[in-house]
Amino acid sequence: MKLIRLTVLVTILSLVATGFAFAGKDLDAVKKKGFVQAGVNGGVFGFGMPDEKGVWKGLDVDTARAVAAAIFGDASKVKFTPLTAQQRFTALQSGEIDLLTRNATRTLSRDTQLGLNFVTVNYYDGQGFMVPKKLGVTSAKQLDGATVCVLPGTTTEQNAADFFRTNNMKMNPVVIESTSELAKTFFAGRCDVLTSDASQLAGTRAVAPNPKDYAILPEIISKEPLAPAVRHGDDQFRDIVDFAVLAMINAEELGITSKNVDEMLKSKDPVIQRFLGVVPGNGAALGLDEKWAYNVVKLVGNYGEVFERNVGVNTTLGIERGLNALWTNGGLMYSPPFK
Amino acid sequence: MNTPQQPSRAYLAAPIRKIGALAWFKDNLFNTWYNSLLTVLTLVGLWFIVPPFLKWAFIDSLWYSSAEACRDIEGACWSIVPNNIKFIILGFFPEGQEWRPILAMIMLLSLVFYSKERTRWNKRLGWFWAIGLIIMGSLMYGGLFGMPVVETAQWSGLPLTMMLSFFGMVAAYPLGVLLALGRRSKMPAIKTLCVVYIEMIRGVPLISLLFMSSILFPLFLPDGMTIDKVLRAQVAIILFTAAYIAEVVRGGLQAMPRGQYEAADSLGLNYRQTMRLIILPQALKIVIPPTVGILLSAFKDTSLVVIIALYDVLKTTKVTLSNPKWTGYSTEAYIFLAVLYFICCYAMSSYSRRLEKELHTGH
Repeated sequence: MKLIRLTVLVTILSLVATGFAFAGKDLDAVKKKGFVQAGVNGGVFGFGMPDEKGVWKGLDVDTARAVAAAIFGDASKVKFTPLTAQQRFTALQSGEIDLLTRNATRTLSRDTQLGLNFVTVNYYDGQGFMVPKKLGVTSAKQLDGATVCVLPGTTTEQNAADFFRTNNMKMNPVVIESTSELAKTFFAGRCDVLTSDASQLAGTRAVAPNPKDYAILPEIISKEPLAPAVRHGDDQFRDIVDFAVLAMINAEELGITSKNVDEMLKSKDPVIQRFLGVVPGNGAALGLDEKWAYNVVKLVGNYGEVFERNVGVNTTLGIERGLNALWTNGGLMYSPPFK
Repeated sequence: MNTPQQPSRAYLAAPIRKIGALAWFKDNLFNTWYNSLLTVLTLVGLWFIVPPFLKWAFIDSLWYSSAEACRDIEGACWSIVPNNIKFIILGFFPEGQEWRPILAMIMLLSLVFYSKERTRWNKRLGWFWAIGLIIMGSLMYGGLFGMPVVETAQWSGLPLTMMLSFFGMVAAYPLGVLLALGRRSKMPAIKTLCVVYIEMIRGVPLISLLFMSSILFPLFLPDGMTIDKVLRAQVAIILFTAAYIAEVVRGGLQAMPRGQYEAADSLGLNYRQTMRLIILPQALKIVIPPTVGILLSAFKDTSLVVIIALYDVLKTTKVTLSNPKWTGYSTEAYIFLAVLYFICCYAMSSYSRRLEKELHTGH
């Protein structure tokens, strides 16, 4: 019996081991098959969701397109795999996808134990509260005894409970499974507070019967740096994904947009010349075409364009730049020099 | 008329209280005091439910409008369905190629419809199906006659639901019958194998099978080797349904009296002939109602593939609802889905009832 158990264990372990041992040439594999397989959310508006025609849209989706543009010079060479929260890391580990852009929060344990590498954050999120204005609440610290609408099983529920406990307040959670039902319940007046990631709150308020009747409180009670991830084992691929995100941020900082990028090619600024590959070097260093950054900006856009297109103030979500503004504008988006 | 003079007995109509609608009401709805009470209560209940529902669903509702227009009305916003119909029904199927899955679905439905009559169950029908399935497959996948390839990852919506449930049922049924026969077999190895299989599968919920196929299974494959996600889910559904069908069929086999087996033996039939000609036709007939029950639940269970991020028709609807524009209209979208599911399930169960009647030989 013991022997059988041991054999089974060894077999399973060796299967898993071979699974990881062969990993490492992700970039070669991606180049060989001719496209990037990206894991995305599939159900979060503005980040990763198909539109009415089944075309993928969102900030995370565009991030994956930027990676494809950097590697292939063609933003359409990417295929999307919608993943659930449970599936997302396994899909990356098992090689089903090459790149995870599925609003995943970077944490220490995920970065180490799961065998993943997160790259530059493409959206800084955090959990907030929304209340009806008629409650007269101006700070989350006044919410003692409130009924709180929250999604089950996510870190959101735990964060809210922690926040109430640390502030010696009582919380009555109303747990509802789906986002749309949650919003409905809140607007029907079933609970006093709705808590969720700040990026979602804005969108939820936008569809309220009277958006002006609701306020989002200033407190942000958690840090949610959402970043793309790749698996351990191919540093070159990791660098490419990292710099594809950074190229979008850097382009915004340099004032290069998808519209003026062709004129910028003629720029006399050595920083821009290096960035766009007019002066070669960066491409060779990453193992890509010298035009890679040009392609990212031309085909996908700079970070500001991508942000405004998917989640910005003119979309249904109507999110301000906030933490996601460039560092020059008081935000956290900062790129190392491209040289 | 009030006082007819000496009416002849033969022409006297039954009293008004004994015939017509009034009598029916009295006999069926007001025959005792508690039934009268129930009738009144039900009527009051209906009065509170039906008119507001009709007002919400039809009078105050919008059918073809934008999401913005819906915000100003009290009633239902059915516009969510026509506005998103392409995505709800066909999901990710590329634009301009919509005719392909639609044609494939129509073909499947007409083949099923054609196969309804038992008189058409012959070799020709088999050929029809073989050719039909090949055409449907190439319509969905493409790659022939200049049709661009559409990978299975993009198969979604109603075609996916229909495919998963249709092939789930068609493949699970014979597998289930084989398992049932295996479980009754006298060969110990086969018998044990079947018992273990059936009990193991019945011991876990479908969700865990789907999870295993989508999360655990890929980790055991060598790197770079992936098996199609749709196929994995399809196999999980088939394996699951087959175990349940096996038990139902076993019930039918056990209901066969010994005399049937002995009669077959005395005719000199071998095992295969006995089963094919005598036992199975009778046993399978007895178990039509429970089998249909399992097939119906298998059909509805396909919606569980949501949890492994396959976009069946329920998931595409949910995705539509996560667009903030349409978030508030979940009731309307789910009613639409419920009607869709009801039509399919009702068609199946009424067909099974007809089949039962046709096969009834009356003992």
